[in-house]
Amino acid sequence: MKSNSIYFRAGSATLQSIPILVLAAASVSLFLFALDFSPFAIIRAMAAGSLTSWLKFSQLLSIWVPLLLCSCGLLFTFKAGLWNIGIEGQVVMGAIAATTILRLNPTSLPPVFTIIVAMLAACVGGSLWGLLVGILKNRGGVNEIFGGLGLNFVAQGIILYLIFGPWKRAGIASMSGTDIFARDLWLPMPVGWRVAPAALVTAVCAFALTWLLLSHTRFGLRVKAVGLNPEVSRLFHINPDRYGLFAIMVGGALAGLAGGLQVTGVYHRLIPAISSGYGYLGLLVVMLANYKSLPVPLITLFFAWLAAGSIQLPIMLQIDSSLSGVIQGACVLSALLVHGLRKQRKG
Amino acid sequence: MIQLVNIYKTFGKVKALQGVNLHVRPGSIHGIIGENGAGKSTLMKILTGFIARTSGSILLDEQDVDLKTPESARKLGIGMLYQEPLDFPKLSVLDNFMAAAADTNPQRQAEIINHLSNKFGFTLDLSARQGKLTVGERQQVELMRLIRDQCRILILDEPTTGISGEQQKLLFSTLGRLRDEGKAIILVSHKLAEIHSLCDRVTILRHGKPAGEQEKPFDEEKLLQAMFATLPTKSSRPPGRTTGKPILTMEEVSTTVGRVGLDRINTTIYEGEIIGLAGLDGSGQSIFLQMAYGLLSPEQGRINLPVADNEDVMRVFLPADRLRKGLIAGLTVREHQLLAGAAPFFIHTGSGRLRTEQAIATFSIVGTPDTTTEDLSGGNQQRLLLSLIPPGARLILLEHPTRGLDLQSGQWTWQYLRSHLPDNGAIIFASPELEDIMEQADRVLVFYNGAIILDRPTDKTGYREVSRAITGRV
Repeated sequence: MKSNSIYFRAGSATLQSIPILVLAAASVSLFLFALDFSPFAIIRAMAAGSLTSWLKFSQLLSIWVPLLLCSCGLLFTFKAGLWNIGIEGQVVMGAIAATTILRLNPTSLPPVFTIIVAMLAACVGGSLWGLLVGILKNRGGVNEIFGGLGLNFVAQGIILYLIFGPWKRAGIASMSGTDIFARDLWLPMPVGWRVAPAALVTAVCAFALTWLLLSHTRFGLRVKAVGLNPEVSRLFHINPDRYGLFAIMVGGALAGLAGGLQVTGVYHRLIPAISSGYGYLGLLVVMLANYKSLPVPLITLFFAWLAAGSIQLPIMLQIDSSLSGVIQGACVLSALLVHGLRKQRKG
Repeated sequence: MIQLVNIYKTFGKVKALQGVNLHVRPGSIHGIIGENGAGKSTLMKILTGFIARTSGSILLDEQDVDLKTPESARKLGIGMLYQEPLDFPKLSVLDNFMAAAADTNPQRQAEIINHLSNKFGFTLDLSARQGKLTVGERQQVELMRLIRDQCRILILDEPTTGISGEQQKLLFSTLGRLRDEGKAIILVSHKLAEIHSLCDRVTILRHGKPAGEQEKPFDEEKLLQAMFATLPTKSSRPPGRTTGKPILTMEEVSTTVGRVGLDRINTTIYEGEIIGLAGLDGSGQSIFLQMAYGLLSPEQGRINLPVADNEDVMRVFLPADRLRKGLIAGLTVREHQLLAGAAPFFIHTGSGRLRTEQAIATFSIVGTPDTTTEDLSGGNQQRLLLSLIPPGARLILLEHPTRGLDLQSGQWTWQYLRSHLPDNGAIIFASPELEDIMEQADRVLVFYNGAIILDRPTDKTGYREVSRAITGRV
């Protein structure tokens, strides 16, 4: 029984990732030395930029929330054996759906109610956009990677049309987005915070739910079976197409929710770059986690730290903040390499 | 011209070839026959340099040769026409012909292919996509490529499977001409008619050992005897069961899926029957089982399953490739039990554990509930599959039920299946082992080129008739 306890599994997952981290750290350090920068100075700067005060740390958490939500959504699709590249579009459609509700702003209803409905709409929006990818795959034989990629462009087109067309700012349309919502439609944020507590709670609950569904339900087991061998799952009376659809719809809902929270909790309006690339970054997170749920919160936290901390780099060390992207990429490549080598050695 | 002396090949503990000799003379067609697993393809892979022999020597024109790589075999003029065409379906016929040619001038290559086509009577559109061609035409392109590359020893593996009668005639006349030009041709086949009309000499393999050699004209009786091991005289078959109502009917069922498809299958399976499907691998048995299970639908014809009490006949299918087609690699024994049984919505590490432990004990599976299926041995994978058969299953479809099992496990498997089959249920199984079929089945269906060419109760037929049918003779 011991070998199945959650602590044991979390522990062994951490142990397994040590060679990955060593490899990633070594390659990034070499790269930095070659450019004549000290890795330690950079770590110090990034820590100073994100860990020295609650304000800074809550800034980090505001990145953690959408990234964790997207990664959770991707856990479902990866488990089902699907490459949900379309997650970016699902974030965008979630944001658009939420904005639609928030713009209606029926004054007769309490704002809390409006916000909740907007978040549900965000889930539905992302979910339906995911469903579209699934239908294209099941009915039209369009690989989910290409279907998703295509729909990402469509979603980007729609958001630009809305911002420059029907939802344009009073006076002049602008890349900076739609009009700002009424204040009572913002997620409440205490003074000295950069992240809405409600968003934080939502993300934590979403992760708990993801872990529960994937690891402790019949549904999760079936999704896993479909991902590992769709043909054989038929012999167990599981319809792989249907479970693929379920997975991508749940994934889309979580991605849409991320988009919705960005709209009401962070930007308080719809902006063209509403997804901030968190969907794509989520793909890297889940790959780094070797498609397992438990390491995801920590990895997303680490990635959020890199993103938040790197903002300090140009100011303190005159290094471009894109360094965080290099580090994230190095981590994922190291992870893929280590997992690949392990697999090769095993069989 | 080419001579193989005392060839041995072992894969770990498995002895694939044991002391095989072969002498192929120039200007002759040499047949190699044997049932499944006789060692035919291993021998061909050694000749073409894909695998290395364990011991023995290969002499080409009285010279010792190595044949360590496909490249060296090709340089020595050994060419092979594979069962599945090895070509580029998306390229044109001419591009396929030019691929790997020393000279890639399209005009010159077009001249060569036209010249060879005229010579053999092939009609090919050089600009057509290779994938649009029939198997027979793809074979023609491949054959001409080998001839252009100065191939002196030509090996053909079951070349007439899946090609039309017209193309077969053309192929035979082509092979005749090549023989007259002095090439040495090796024909791997299980079709006696083909051996009769083409070969000058034939070598029979059985279980990796040479089992005889004959010169033309062949004695068919002796060929069959050499191919299929000494036939046991007494049958230990348990008494037949009483049969009831039809449980599965196929009417004129045809499909083009698979290598030979299915060709107008008409049969009725009754409750209580145990049916054995015989035939060389890939003659339609597997497609038949997938149809019966419902994984494939017929392109023509009808499949009927009686509906009793508004409930479908519960079917199970245990494929031959257990790890890839029957179980889900990556999931544990316990997770398989959960998927097969009625699992509650919420599951935890203890769910299904008791049931799994019981199954492990009952079925003597060597493993724990948390062993993933890829870590189980073949025999244990089969036991796990058997343990997953739900109690109410009425139509049990099995592909090679005793493959990879030792004698004891095999007997145990049959005992289990027989004792757990409900009176209103039936078993249909395909097996490459004739003994299995004659001992276990009440009725045998022999498949040949996608058709059932023999349908008999096992007590009204014998090894002779069935083995003749397997080679296409009824």
